[in-house]
Amino acid sequence: MAQLSLTVNGAAVRAEVEDRTLLVHFLRDHLRLTGTHVGCDTSQCGACVVHVGARAVKSCTLFAVQADGEDIVTIEGVAPKSGGLHPVQAAFQEHHGLQCGFCTPGMIMTAIDMLKRHKAPDEATIKRELEGNLCRCTGYLNIVKAIQAAAAAG
Amino acid sequence: MYTSSFRYLRATSLAEAEALFARTPDARYIAGGQTLIPTMKQRLAAPAALIDLSRIAASSFIRRERETLVIGSGTRHADVAASSEVRAVLPALAQLAGVIGDPAVRHRGTLGGSVANNDPAADYPAAVLALGATVKTTRRTIAADQFFAGLFQTALADGELISEITFPVPLRAGYAKFPHPASRYALVGVFVAQFDGGARVAVTGAAPCVFRMAPMEQALSKSFTPESFAGIAVDAGELNSDLFGSAEYRAHLVTVMAKRAVTAALS
Repeated sequence: MAQLSLTVNGAAVRAEVEDRTLLVHFLRDHLRLTGTHVGCDTSQCGACVVHVGARAVKSCTLFAVQADGEDIVTIEGVAPKSGGLHPVQAAFQEHHGLQCGFCTPGMIMTAIDMLKRHKAPDEATIKRELEGNLCRCTGYLNIVKAIQAAAAAG
Repeated sequence: MYTSSFRYLRATSLAEAEALFARTPDARYIAGGQTLIPTMKQRLAAPAALIDLSRIAASSFIRRERETLVIGSGTRHADVAASSEVRAVLPALAQLAGVIGDPAVRHRGTLGGSVANNDPAADYPAAVLALGATVKTTRRTIAADQFFAGLFQTALADGELISEITFPVPLRAGYAKFPHPASRYALVGVFVAQFDGGARVAVTGAAPCVFRMAPMEQALSKSFTPESFAGIAVDAGELNSDLFGSAEYRAHLVTVMAKRAVTAALS
């Protein structure tokens, strides 16, 4: 067993987990933060993307114990504490960047990370940056539109 | 999916990691874990202990040393791709690092992990071999030509760790790959480099292990142009054949990717 001490969505968290517990299971099963999804469980689909140390990573491909001491942000932690939505969430809503919604938490976490590195990404850049996130409903069109709109909104 | 149970050990230096390895039965190192964790989830690997290298801050660096670029083994793909130093001095290497996997994978995966694992479809081995890089380990230095030994096999001894890799800066270089559409691994990837003394060409993805392509090197050494490959036949005999591409298809891709790599090097 491993003792963890880390920050999740701004709150200090202490926990004891098995060494083999994946970060995604720690978030979902121990902290009940079920917005982070397990899709393919093989690091391809991106439904499990969270930010560790301000960088997007696949939480199904990281052991929770490896994130000890880190600052973690999940989809539950991106909206302003004062209420409302994060600008990327708002853009996904406005431009209907989802249908079933299963991939959406990962898409939004990836988009937020992308917009930190690309201030005004063109369509080709967005598609390249989304290579690790799969959506089986939308055909990506409205996801790309939403990310462009969020970038334009600053 | 849960992996088999293991004991987690965190190293704060390469020396500590080696010491932990020496006294821990059935241990494996984990760097970025982007290959090892999926492998463990599939129960294709079930080590009794993992020694985590990902917190060794001293192994993550990029520095210019005379006519070479030295990169620490713990340097993440995203950091190589974004490095202004790498982009200025060896842009083909930055470009290669930027097409490994996807952004989230590049935030975890490391140079040393990729090279030590020597996956037949990994990108970095092509650059290490084509640039004639030198692999420095905790025990010695190994030339690229002696490093890659076969399918997932390298010259590394049990417990030996890569500390840094020195890349000679070529006159020009280029990398082109045909990525597998789901995994982004190279179905075929070709790295070409031109030096004063001649050209080097390394092919990944096509065979059980990265390899140099002598006829293409000779052609490029005479004339560094895509047209110089005319008349060079790639033998499909030793190449991989699987669900995603026959050996003949891969042989064809080697020439196509090599031409694109030369074009990229010239642009």
